[in-house]
Amino acid sequence: MTVKIEDKLFLDRFKVDEESHLRIIDGEICLKKCLQQSCLYLCPGNVYRLEVDRISVRHEGCLECGSCRIACPHLNIEWRFPKGGYGVSHKFG
Amino acid sequence: MKAAFDVAIVGAGPAGISAACILADAGVKTIVFERGEYPGAKNLSGAVLYGYDLARILPDFAERKCPIERNIIESRIWYLSRDSGFSVGYRDAALGTERKHNAFTVLRAKFDRWYAEQAQKKGALVVPATVVVDLLRDSRGAVTGVATGRAEGEVRARITLLADGVNSPLAVRTGFRLEPKPEQVALAVKELIDLPAAVIEQRFGVSGIDGVTAEIMGGVTGGMDGVAALYTNRNSLSLSVGANLADFAATKIKPYELIEEFKQHPMVAPLISGGKSLEYIAHWLAEGGYDAIPRLCGDGYLIAGDSAMLFNALHREGNNLAMASGRMAAETIIEALGRDDCSRKALSRYGERLAESYVLKDMKKYRRFGRFMHHHKELFNEMPRAASFAAREMLTVNGVGKKQKQKLIMQNFRGEKMSIFRLARLLWQGWRAVK
Repeated sequence: MTVKIEDKLFLDRFKVDEESHLRIIDGEICLKKCLQQSCLYLCPGNVYRLEVDRISVRHEGCLECGSCRIACPHLNIEWRFPKGGYGVSHKFG
Repeated sequence: MKAAFDVAIVGAGPAGISAACILADAGVKTIVFERGEYPGAKNLSGAVLYGYDLARILPDFAERKCPIERNIIESRIWYLSRDSGFSVGYRDAALGTERKHNAFTVLRAKFDRWYAEQAQKKGALVVPATVVVDLLRDSRGAVTGVATGRAEGEVRARITLLADGVNSPLAVRTGFRLEPKPEQVALAVKELIDLPAAVIEQRFGVSGIDGVTAEIMGGVTGGMDGVAALYTNRNSLSLSVGANLADFAATKIKPYELIEEFKQHPMVAPLISGGKSLEYIAHWLAEGGYDAIPRLCGDGYLIAGDSAMLFNALHREGNNLAMASGRMAAETIIEALGRDDCSRKALSRYGERLAESYVLKDMKKYRRFGRFMHHHKELFNEMPRAASFAAREMLTVNGVGKKQKQKLIMQNFRGEKMSIFRLARLLWQGWRAVK
């Protein structure tokens, strides 16, 4: 099944902070050491995407669940809350 | 800002606001920090709420115009295979009359906002759009307030209540709670489906403010240890599906594909047909159970609600445990302030209160349940398949005798690598996990 995550995220209200609240600590680890690359699959907002030379982080679509942080096999993701009032704002919840 | 309060609360969810209401009622100077743009902006649940625990805090919640979506008069349980399913339900008119508001659906962005307003009316200060990034400590390590992300944003308080939810970098940062392991949380995604009230009432056979919930298990979580739910709101349906995070990692199933597939299930599709999605959000459920509960208090602080991993996965209860724990935290805080003793020893009465209440009694009763589900993947794979095969065979009239059909069913059962022994073990361990 192919689902366009953009269509789902389009439904949501985001107040995007230009500064990312997510950061991959060491990009080398993702490409050279990480076999699972769990972040590419389990993130409900598909924030993490495999590019030619790195894993990119589209923090604008982060739903703030925290899954990437604790499921990263190398604990290689620095995860903060977005600044107060920023990030996703549930309209209904 | 270096203002001083009696109590600082981190998080304006059900736990934090319940505490704030009780504290404000007692004249305790209370400040609540919420990282979202408004209370509820970051919160998610099914969402079923229970009147009992809310009424312990706001006995007149209905008169205060609590934003109730639908009062639940029927609870269904579905056990589904990928393309078929069993359904049982319990409907009770008493749940709409003398037991009204036992359970009702809400939309958290509306409910939490309303709830926080009630605390404000009582005199608590609620500050949204403010992240608490650290706790202040004195030289002995006792918590003496919070540090917010704002400039000069330190706020001193005699006691701090951590009610910042299951995903809490703060709890981890301060060492008051360990980071959950992937198998200790479930990742749930939820969509809200827009439908006119009349359509919902017709499809679910209800009228007025009455509503229905369906708790769903089986082959709808891609073989992962998980559950789904379908709840009626006034003009919308709440659809959620979640599974153990370790299972998501192992199977590489994408959450947004899982929910899309769920929406196409023949038991679900006709109910949401014609409805447009209004929102797509995600959150964790604290599934670690009794053994994942951290130390509930220390010098100058307490932990309540999801942040303390208080969640009963079997009975879909979380909001009520948050409210009850928030209330008990507040009652303990009032006693401690009265004696001018904010030490761990004085606050430990909170843990005793929880232990004496249904909150920890229920969690203790089901402490094996999470592990049972996680180690019996046949509940999500072989079992729903075999049960569906049996039902389909028995219901198909095609000239084959019933004795022959029984044989076919047993053959299929064995083909699924199930056996009477394995089934008996499943039932026995299941019984032990919930008895």
